[in-house]
Amino acid sequence: MDNLLSIVTFLPLLGALILALFLRGDDEAAQRNAKWVALWATAATFVFSIFILTGFDASNTGFQFVEEHTWLMGLTYKMGVDGISVLFVMLTTFLMPLVIASCWGVTHRVKEYMIAFLLLETLMLGVFCALDMVLFYLFFEAGLIPMFLIIGIWGGANRIYASFKFFLYTFLGSVLMLVAMVTMYIEAGTTDIPTLLSFEFDSAVLDLFGFHILGGLQTLLFLAFFASFAVKMPMWPVHTWLPDAHVQAPTAGSVVLAAILLKMGGYGFLRFSLPMFPVGSEILSPLVLWMSAIAIVYTSLVALVQEDMKKLIAYSSVAHMGFVTMGIFAANQQGVDGAIFQMISHGFISGALFLCVGVIYDRMHTRDIDAYGGLVNRMPAYALVFMFFTMANVGLPGTSGFVGEFLTIIGVFQVNTWVAMVAATGVILSAGYALWLYRRVVMGDLIKESLKTITDMTRLERAIFAPLVVMTLLLGIYPSLVTDIIGPSVSALVQNYDVAVSAFDAAAQTAEIAAH
Amino acid sequence: METIILFAPLIGALIAGFGWKFIGETAAQYVSTGLLMLAAGLSWVVFLSFDGVTQSIQILPWIESGTFATDWAIRLDRLTATMLIVINSVSALVHLYSFGYMAHDENFKEGENYKARFFAYLSFFTFAMLMLVTADNLVQMFFGWEGVGVASYLLINFYFRKPSANAAAMKAFIVNRVGDFAFILGIAGLYLLADSVKFEDIFAYMPTLAEQTIRFLWTDWSAPNLLAFLLFVGAMGKSAQLLLHTWLPDAMEGPTPVSALIHAATMVTAGVFLVCRMSPLMEFAPVATNFVVIVGAITAFFAATVGLVQNDIKRVIAYSTCSQLGYMFVAAGLGVYSVAMFHLLTHAFFKAMLFLGAGSVIHGMHHEQDMRNYGGLRKKLPVTFWAMMIGTLAITGVGIPLLYVGFPVGFAGFVSKDAIIESAFVGSTFAFWMLVIAAFMTSFYSWRLMFLTFYGKPRGDKHTHEHAHESPSVMLVPLVVLAFGAIFAGMAFYKPYFGSQESVDKFFGIGMKKGEAHAYFDAPTLVASAYAAGAKADGDHSDHDRSQVPGEGAIFIGADNHMIHEAHLVPKWVKLSPFFAMLFGFILSWYMYIRRPDLPTKLAENQWPLYNFLLNKWYFDELYDAVFVRPAKSLGRFLWTRGDVGIIDGGINGLALGIVPFFTRLAGRLQSGYIFTYAFSMVIGLVVLITWMTLTAG
Repeated sequence: MDNLLSIVTFLPLLGALILALFLRGDDEAAQRNAKWVALWATAATFVFSIFILTGFDASNTGFQFVEEHTWLMGLTYKMGVDGISVLFVMLTTFLMPLVIASCWGVTHRVKEYMIAFLLLETLMLGVFCALDMVLFYLFFEAGLIPMFLIIGIWGGANRIYASFKFFLYTFLGSVLMLVAMVTMYIEAGTTDIPTLLSFEFDSAVLDLFGFHILGGLQTLLFLAFFASFAVKMPMWPVHTWLPDAHVQAPTAGSVVLAAILLKMGGYGFLRFSLPMFPVGSEILSPLVLWMSAIAIVYTSLVALVQEDMKKLIAYSSVAHMGFVTMGIFAANQQGVDGAIFQMISHGFISGALFLCVGVIYDRMHTRDIDAYGGLVNRMPAYALVFMFFTMANVGLPGTSGFVGEFLTIIGVFQVNTWVAMVAATGVILSAGYALWLYRRVVMGDLIKESLKTITDMTRLERAIFAPLVVMTLLLGIYPSLVTDIIGPSVSALVQNYDVAVSAFDAAAQTAEIAAH
Repeated sequence: METIILFAPLIGALIAGFGWKFIGETAAQYVSTGLLMLAAGLSWVVFLSFDGVTQSIQILPWIESGTFATDWAIRLDRLTATMLIVINSVSALVHLYSFGYMAHDENFKEGENYKARFFAYLSFFTFAMLMLVTADNLVQMFFGWEGVGVASYLLINFYFRKPSANAAAMKAFIVNRVGDFAFILGIAGLYLLADSVKFEDIFAYMPTLAEQTIRFLWTDWSAPNLLAFLLFVGAMGKSAQLLLHTWLPDAMEGPTPVSALIHAATMVTAGVFLVCRMSPLMEFAPVATNFVVIVGAITAFFAATVGLVQNDIKRVIAYSTCSQLGYMFVAAGLGVYSVAMFHLLTHAFFKAMLFLGAGSVIHGMHHEQDMRNYGGLRKKLPVTFWAMMIGTLAITGVGIPLLYVGFPVGFAGFVSKDAIIESAFVGSTFAFWMLVIAAFMTSFYSWRLMFLTFYGKPRGDKHTHEHAHESPSVMLVPLVVLAFGAIFAGMAFYKPYFGSQESVDKFFGIGMKKGEAHAYFDAPTLVASAYAAGAKADGDHSDHDRSQVPGEGAIFIGADNHMIHEAHLVPKWVKLSPFFAMLFGFILSWYMYIRRPDLPTKLAENQWPLYNFLLNKWYFDELYDAVFVRPAKSLGRFLWTRGDVGIIDGGINGLALGIVPFFTRLAGRLQSGYIFTYAFSMVIGLVVLITWMTLTAG
């Protein structure tokens, strides 16, 4: 199949169109049909995506399954995956059927809800597959809209504030990215990503308003992209939209947000910042490393005092994303491998944790930690699953959470031991907030009257968690499943980066600036 | 066979944990216990037939990233073999014991199923511990390291309704993580320099590493010292050494069999094992090993002082464990790794027995743990009494000093503890005196425990005493088996662990090439052959020329490390000192608790500042709460309210002030359902914008 990527990307959209055009009414039958159509669409997408994985040649570090067509107004539609992006595609297609299944209890505007998720899946897959800058930008920005709607329509009481905060934050960041893209087009004369990857952007000292900029254009372009990706990650200190968005988002929205949408920032760093602006990355990497280390400690401490379950997990997500950016900008094999691994693993673990919150939210309609306590007495299966993912979140060896965290620390230790040490304190703090949460919600005697009739997980809920448990364990015990695929591509990325950086003489430039 | 030993407990854990609903709780208990018995039996076969040459068995690749590669693999050498018998024997006995101990538990309601869960946790713990000791690289060891941490967390939390148990479990896990934090950095540093995390490669690299420096934080450090220090901090967490010890006494919230298995015999000794395992690194790290000795000595002393005044029977034994671990670290830090392992082995037997004995008392006294409510239980619990007596004789180190009939004559603790104290005299005067004083206190609090529990008149609730009963035989059998260990382990294993440099070398496969490998124990004669080998060599220690390559054999002993030889040549008074310390402890204890039972109370009143200081464990908990826990929470709250909500959001909102009216208008429209119109207009606007930008730019 020559257009496998397009099929996978637009299959969910097809599902959305079918729902929009053919499904009428809002009675129970129609709602059920909407859910089934969405489930089938996402499941079919997953099945097709398996062909991508089986047909993927890991030893080839170039782009595969490439499709190229001319599009309206001289633009190009170009898709393709390499070792860095292919697993994000898999992560998305794997998680979406579970997300749809977790919405089975929703009764409010089900058709539109399903359409929003299907549309979102297409846009997310597009981001990971796009090989044309404009196409990438389109998918990247449009992805906000369905998420914005999911929070704004199906969210909690304060959803309007949260959805606008989410939208503005991310949108403002991307305006700068747009400017950078236009500049890149002017410089390189193309929007083709593979071509841009081999294009060398100017790194000579640039004078701007009397400032001498080390690394020149590369530094500026890096900063512009950084503004957008850092918000998406989110990195400290532009992370505050995330807890609010999570708190207000419906469960399924939180799962997608944490598991997939956050990964778009990290993917962006790997696709654009690091390979296209290696000099800019190298110059600013100390800054990024420190921001990551601060993020880990800062957000872990904040997580420690949260009273809202979702907020706590949201802050823990920010801390885990700190490991990702730290690994990426360590810019060595272990760091980048670890960062990608951490993103994949975090997709399963954070998704599962938000589902865990959803399970009891559906029953008690509150996310207040204080409203719970002693759930293990009536919900042993839930206690087990929650324990498992709490430990995975803490980074227990044997779960996938460990591999990414560990590799990024190994990676960054080679670059900056201070950052490694500060980041490693996250090991202690994460145990603190995660176990403290678990203790308050699950442990102890069941005293609260309101909880006396709470029921354990249903069969459907168990079925949703089962694949996540399997993946978390599988990747923890046999991580080669991931590292074998990403390894060669990452190795090529790191080599190119090292070559570019070693060709650049920072000391000479500094001297030049000083001479001015 | 090694693979079976490793995975039998895991299979047991899975069957007991998930299969009990299908096969029933009793069957689940039998299956997990049976599998552990199998593992224990095979471990002894491996231990006795092991030829000293390191073997390695690959199972599966694990984390691979560039030059960083780890496997799931088994490394079998003498250290591993020793740990195998310790872990599996104690674990099998504890499983058996738990049949009786966990049969009825008032912490659970009628009809609740908890037994299979308990056995599943125990078996899972055993598996994790086996992973730790069989690891052939540091990362797999870290897997086991964390695995036992989780098992410990789950088991401390076993009575999940008790808030104190919840708190203790959390504390154990988090304090351990402080150690792990340093452990991870140590692994990262070793990888940076040696480019591998496999023991084989690391050890072979050690002579080079010894000369290297490593940049860490603000300055350059001597690589072996820094890395050994970081790994040792990890060991301090797991082995409850001073500063990171606070979790161990609280861990007594778990059921007593757990305390015997995890918090006495196995998990807490993982730190000692780590230091011994890393002997090639330690031998090149004089500063770090000095630190190990000092921390070990102070811990031995500190924990013993606290043990003097505790009233909870389990806490006394817990502090005693902490203190004994200090002894082991002193030995490991001094470079007599075999002696550290020796004490680890003997301690596992007598300490597990003391805990199981205490469990038997607690069981018989209806879960009363305060010794002030015991007294005169000798008649009611005769088997338990004798078992505890043997344990006490072992831990206090009763034996016949200066008598040598091919081996010293005495209980297990006498042989191994004296070996440490003699080594300490050679290596560090400070450690020597600390350990001798600690030996005196050990004797005092151990006899105090015996006298308060089994002698005198019954105190406390009359009803409980009337119903006090001996435990069922399923609980007594493990006690008897362990009692044999407590009596004979020291004498039986003296030669291979401390006898002479030659016998130790032979036992640990030091300097042994593949060709000349042969079993240390020939099946029929077993230990006897060792004595023959040792006896021959007894005459001439001094001119023994050693040139060992790091990584050969289970432990590495540097060329100028003659500790074992010198420890045998210490003056007579040194050899006698622990014996007299023990004797004084016994006499004082007898005087205070049998002869003048009113004296302790008076003393506590007269010396109340000291008494409270000790009773409150030197106020470490209060100190940590004030210095770490509360500041962390306040800082978190500060960063949240001032940082996130105040500065960041405040700034953003300020920026967005111009857009706020737009906000409110739009919000109104949203609620009336115009959102789709808005969304589509946005998509179209976006497309137009980009297209225009791109075209004009071109």
